[in-house]
Amino acid sequence: MIRTLTSRFLGYAILIFFALVFLYPFVIQIANAFKTEANAAANPLSPIPDPFTSASIERIFEGTGFPTWLGNSVLVTVVVTIGRVAFGSMAGYALSRLQFRGRRALFAGLLALMAVPPVVLLIPKFLVLNQLGMYNSYSGLIVPLLADATGVFVMKQFFDSVPVSVEEAARIDGAGVFRTFRSVVLPMAKPALITLTILSFTGSWNEFPHTLVSVQDPSLFTLPRGLADLVSGSLGAGTQYPLKLGAALLATIPVAIIFVIFQRYFVRDAAAGSDKG
Amino acid sequence: MPRGIRGNERPAGWLFVAPALIILGLFMLLPILMALWVSLTRWNGQGSPFTGDVPFAGLQNYTRLFTDEGLARQDFMTSIRNNAYYVLLVVPIQTVLALALALVVNNRLLKGKGFFRTAFYFPSVTSSVAISVVFLFMFANGGAINAILSVFGINGPQWFSDPRGLIHLAFGDQAPALLADHSLLGLSWWDWLAGPSVAMCAIITLVIWTTSGTFMVMFLAALQNVPVQLEEAGLIDGASAWQRLRHIILPQLRPTTFLVVTLGLIGTWQVFDQIYVMSQGNPAKTTLTPAFLSYRTAFRDFDYGSGAAISFVLFLIIVVLTLVQRRLTRERD
Repeated sequence: MIRTLTSRFLGYAILIFFALVFLYPFVIQIANAFKTEANAAANPLSPIPDPFTSASIERIFEGTGFPTWLGNSVLVTVVVTIGRVAFGSMAGYALSRLQFRGRRALFAGLLALMAVPPVVLLIPKFLVLNQLGMYNSYSGLIVPLLADATGVFVMKQFFDSVPVSVEEAARIDGAGVFRTFRSVVLPMAKPALITLTILSFTGSWNEFPHTLVSVQDPSLFTLPRGLADLVSGSLGAGTQYPLKLGAALLATIPVAIIFVIFQRYFVRDAAAGSDKG
Repeated sequence: MPRGIRGNERPAGWLFVAPALIILGLFMLLPILMALWVSLTRWNGQGSPFTGDVPFAGLQNYTRLFTDEGLARQDFMTSIRNNAYYVLLVVPIQTVLALALALVVNNRLLKGKGFFRTAFYFPSVTSSVAISVVFLFMFANGGAINAILSVFGINGPQWFSDPRGLIHLAFGDQAPALLADHSLLGLSWWDWLAGPSVAMCAIITLVIWTTSGTFMVMFLAALQNVPVQLEEAGLIDGASAWQRLRHIILPQLRPTTFLVVTLGLIGTWQVFDQIYVMSQGNPAKTTLTPAFLSYRTAFRDFDYGSGAAISFVLFLIIVVLTLVQRRLTRERD
């Protein structure tokens, strides 16, 4: 009895300690975004801004490129998410269900592409955008992200796990491939589509390296790019931490909201990550 | 499969894969081939690299990294050293931490599992750039980390301007003659043995903090598949908690542990975003990694050939690790 009590107490102590370790940086971020610069420098640990000021948040909107970055981020995320969900589900369905020659080779190619580490694509992507005249444009920022190998793979795995009988019934009733896909397959694939939407949303909202090699003009920056520029560009000119933390905070909020709402999908993704490779 | 009712699916099949195929082909496969060519040239970013005017370098961009004495090899080897120390610290620590947290969260006596799982997992879904900004503030001179350290009477270092290696710090500043006089691939033995710099440690902390949650969720999923009877049998046989962990639970978790370690190895060789935002390879090149060096060589020094060559060497390192991981995963299934 005593032993269970001690182990329970110890368990909670460990959990609460690590919950603090994992969450307190966000508390620090939020609190310091509303502090004055002097107060943030003097009391970086304090969770309470004293005095409270929203001056930095106002400056983010009036004195930096933040509104532009935000607009670009929203545009990129919306278009990329739609593209990835549409193209990913189509390709995943074809690779799982449709009988055509070359299917196996395509799937093998897909697995090979998934092994390509994104960071080694920095220079290659720049080369192709430069060659196609897409460097430093919205199309260069968006089009290369419209499909991702992992998304196609996730959808293929999902369709592999669903019995064919429902579709067969529709096909017997005389519906073509496209009708069956639109009115039978997609509604059935809702859980996988939600997962893919979330993956695509967070992936494109947080995307940084691609923006680094596809655009140069500040009017084309997305939030991560603008933020990185804000931090590394003005390092010499004062610290301005409340401003930077505030901008980082605003960039984090949309993903945080999605995370809270769709938590179980996130956790399942990570758990399923074991087969993704 | 009854082909009769399905009809000819060939056109539909290709039509369905076409958009994804075109985008992946055009922006993944083609660029890799283009970069392979560029890595054999001395293209400086002017005009197109695919004309006869661009000087051909053969394998020189690669050999410069390994055999030719000079700054290129020294920088590359430094970046390999830095990244190796980074891997050596991040992978074991994040694996053990993830496993430990999963074991505690999985404890049946404790409530609030959902909350703690969420709390530990949240950092890994946020933007790497945004979180780097937060850690830059926390590790600033007189920042939160040093404030905590001073509570324990420790005078925190100036994290991002301190290039001293941990091993050097432990054994003194003076290089023994034996280590200083011998060198390997352009770095003295003493330099190879520097350990991660203080600045790199700040980045290591950030990365462990962000990724442990993801791996914890993987361990948690695996733990839930450990048959309860197994543990109970151990309990009846009078095995202590440690013995049960060591001889019953850990063997059951072996496949997941392998996976977490190899995914960790693959991920840690790709560190880029945090370096870009927090240190840009400084101080004294001690946070330079192959990924960042390749970027810097191409886009700051306009030596695209060398930059691409570094990318491909890194590519090779990661592909080998990926193949190992896939083999292990297949063996498990």
